[in-house]
Amino acid sequence: MIALTAGRKGGPVTHVSVTVNGVSREADVEPRTLLVYFLRETLGLTGTNVGCDTSSCGSCTVLLDGVSVKSCTVLAAQADGREVATIEGMASDGQMHPLQDAFHRNHGLQCGYCTPGMIMAAASYLKENPDPTEEQVRESLEGNLCRCTGYQNIVKSILDAAQQMSGAKV
Amino acid sequence: MAVTQKFVGQPVLRKEDPEFLTGTAKYTDDLTVPGMLWMAVVRSPYAHARIKGVDLTKALGMPGVVAAYWAQDFEWAGPLLMAWPATEDLNNPPHYPLAKEEARYQGDGVAVVVAESRGIAEDAAEAVAVDYEPLPSVAGVEAALAEGAPLVHDDLGTNRSYTWANTNGDVDKVFAEAAVVVKERYRVQRQIPNAMEPRSILVDPNSASGQFTMWTSTQIPHVLRTAMTLATGIPESKLRIIAPRVGGGFGSKLQVYPEEALGLEVARKLGRPIKWTEARTEGYLATHHGRDQVQEMELAADADGKIRGYRVRILANMGAYLRIIAPGTPILGAFLYCGCYQGEAYHIEITGVFTNTTPVDAYRGAGRPEATQAIERAIDALARRVGKDPVEIRRMNFVPPFTEATPSIGGLTIDSGDYPATLEKALELIDYDQVRKEQQARRESKDPKQLGIGFSTYLENCGWGPSKVIGGVLKYAGGGWEAATIRCHPTGKVVAVVGTTPHGQGNETTFAQVVADELGIPVDDVEVLFGDTDVAPSGWDTYGSRSAAVGTPAVYRATRKVIDKARKIAAHELEVAEDDLEYEAGTFSVKGAPESARTIPQLAFSAWTGHNLPEGLEPGLEESAFFDPSNLVFPFGAHICVVEVDTETGDAEVVKYVAVDDVGPIVNPQIVEGQVVGGVIQGIAEALYEEAVYDDNGQLLSSSMSSYAIPAATEVPSIITGNHVTPSTTNELGIKGVGETGTIASPPAVLNAVVDALSPLGVTEIDRPASPENVWRAIRDAKGGAA
Repeated sequence: MIALTAGRKGGPVTHVSVTVNGVSREADVEPRTLLVYFLRETLGLTGTNVGCDTSSCGSCTVLLDGVSVKSCTVLAAQADGREVATIEGMASDGQMHPLQDAFHRNHGLQCGYCTPGMIMAAASYLKENPDPTEEQVRESLEGNLCRCTGYQNIVKSILDAAQQMSGAKV
Repeated sequence: MAVTQKFVGQPVLRKEDPEFLTGTAKYTDDLTVPGMLWMAVVRSPYAHARIKGVDLTKALGMPGVVAAYWAQDFEWAGPLLMAWPATEDLNNPPHYPLAKEEARYQGDGVAVVVAESRGIAEDAAEAVAVDYEPLPSVAGVEAALAEGAPLVHDDLGTNRSYTWANTNGDVDKVFAEAAVVVKERYRVQRQIPNAMEPRSILVDPNSASGQFTMWTSTQIPHVLRTAMTLATGIPESKLRIIAPRVGGGFGSKLQVYPEEALGLEVARKLGRPIKWTEARTEGYLATHHGRDQVQEMELAADADGKIRGYRVRILANMGAYLRIIAPGTPILGAFLYCGCYQGEAYHIEITGVFTNTTPVDAYRGAGRPEATQAIERAIDALARRVGKDPVEIRRMNFVPPFTEATPSIGGLTIDSGDYPATLEKALELIDYDQVRKEQQARRESKDPKQLGIGFSTYLENCGWGPSKVIGGVLKYAGGGWEAATIRCHPTGKVVAVVGTTPHGQGNETTFAQVVADELGIPVDDVEVLFGDTDVAPSGWDTYGSRSAAVGTPAVYRATRKVIDKARKIAAHELEVAEDDLEYEAGTFSVKGAPESARTIPQLAFSAWTGHNLPEGLEPGLEESAFFDPSNLVFPFGAHICVVEVDTETGDAEVVKYVAVDDVGPIVNPQIVEGQVVGGVIQGIAEALYEEAVYDDNGQLLSSSMSSYAIPAATEVPSIITGNHVTPSTTNELGIKGVGETGTIASPPAVLNAVVDALSPLGVTEIDRPASPENVWRAIRDAKGGAA
């Protein structure tokens, strides 16, 4: 268990205890701390990126109790007692998650900045709809912007991963 | 064991991917240094204001605030670098990192605050009291040139920065004698580049040694190092610039930014590491914008539509100051207003204009999308005028196929071209006759959703170089060569050190493919290093689609030098003459006795131990090459767009899109396709959605990602791609560039399609972007005209 203290000296702090990628983490933070900065600055999990300040881009998407959220719209305090999954937790035993693997095989990334958010959004969506159409995948990504790929290979990657994941279950 | 598999031409999966996929990639904002402080910039809320005073007292009194400064606290060695003095008469007011007497655009930096955390720095920035006296401002180019317009820089007495002109042939005569003259006026709306990673800077000073390390989200670490020396006086030998992982650039990080110079100076003053990361809404004001031109495009033609002459006048918005290549950005397209068509005369005049807006500079394509949209829309206007199909008018005006460098009427010497071939292939892929039939059926049934078909048969120039040309007639201050070093380690692994700085282009894979093929080793045995001025000391960085066209030949030549040296060692060890050796896929073998052989890894080991080298040969197997191309390269192609336009709501949607591009021989088809598709979508966004809007007071209205219309996945189509290969004569590999073809080609294809869809309603032109509002207006105006 790791306890860290952040925030302004002498200012009000709030205690946050969160399970991140299966590991229990806790810290005292300024009450205004957003979940994304808690992950990045307090816990050092910098795989989750920040692309805007208007909740428009989705780069900071993580899973909160298994459901995708933009971690810039959630206070760290709101995640207290809950489970967070980030891109750092997607691979297991040195094996990439089928989504990570599919993005690699289908050239679903270029600069890579939106990629963690895209993968986390897709991970959440495929749980909801394991066998989506192309149109459904595109709709599911409405909150995630990419400037490099034109989305085509991202969509292809997610459809490919969906197939791989359903195949694995059979 | 040497590897005989060829990697060049194969869709080798990207070597760089795993770190991005697992969240271990480190962008600048992911980095921290012990003792680090945060910087925040106080920015002018006014487009134009006199700065009567700056009071830092309240900010300095806040807990956690370490320092605060404004313009008078800094002494700069020089202004921020402007590297393209395009004309003799250029007005270039020096641009310093903070405004001192006047703020000249909304977002102009006025003061900085340094604090223990980002939050405290931002809070304290709000506590800085600036006494502004608002002044009249101007945002548009035509208003700025009007009599009595407010002056952005008072002392110049004008808002004109420069006028650049180029003429080929007797234009006046051609126009006077022409049977048909088409004259069109276009507005190329301002764009905000929106690389997904906001800019970020971290400076770590060493006050004992005087060394500074700066990590920054930049496309140009090498150019930036020199520019920072010019601005701060810190010698280049004491400056290390690192571009770590960079989350996209699109030209917006081809810049020397005030915050970079400020970060260095503040770190020098305080002797502590300084970090600054822009908020996205801050970036909308502080990171340069793109495009923003008003164009007057004229074609002179015979009655049958055969083009005789081109006459172009451009007003280009520079914003409040000239940034690094701002005056040259429109000139990058100045030779392309004839597209890939023939003619006898050509004249272009470009006027750069100051306005009270965020500075404008390179955005993916830089000058060439503007040129392409003008000629490709104008040739459609000509087709309408002479009653020809857009395919027919193009076919009759194309420059015929050629394989040796050939002059164009626009003033370029083009490496090679086969324009009809790409058009024919694109027509096949889109199934042209079938699409026209569907269009006809919708027209006959008076379907509210009409189909339109639009063409863009583009030609562009890229692969920025050669140094003597860009520094000669074009008056650019920098060079255009590239550098590479190939280092063979004793155990057979190879490092390629390159001067370009990839940020999504996949060069870690494509350069490795070239090296692996030449040396006969697996692609995974080649590591590509870049983006750190201490690791890769030489290069001119990444922009202008130059990594493949200029960077690859440098890598190739350095690799061939390694092979030349290895041959000497092989001949010595095998006790034969060099001429008696054959080299294939990494193995030297004796002619007629192939069992007598040495591989590159074996020779690298020999070169390392130095136990048995030929007399006079230096040890080590490491070679460098500098490649300065003989010319630019000239990708071309044919893009065809089918749109469905809802004539009741004005909503236009791309339903089918074919891109056939000739970018020369392809190193990695998957990566090339990714570049094409990404660029085409970005261009579709430019044509249909995106616009940076200023109000009359110079306030940016589209001021955040929630009000600037970057399309999501639901708003854009899938692209069908095709290739055609005409090797360039500019470099020995025949390679052209592909990074910008998409944004250059696609906007006019989309706009022409929208006009085509609406032509039964009498619409002949559409304002950019072809948003529902602009489409609806075009329909209304056409109906009004008919009534």
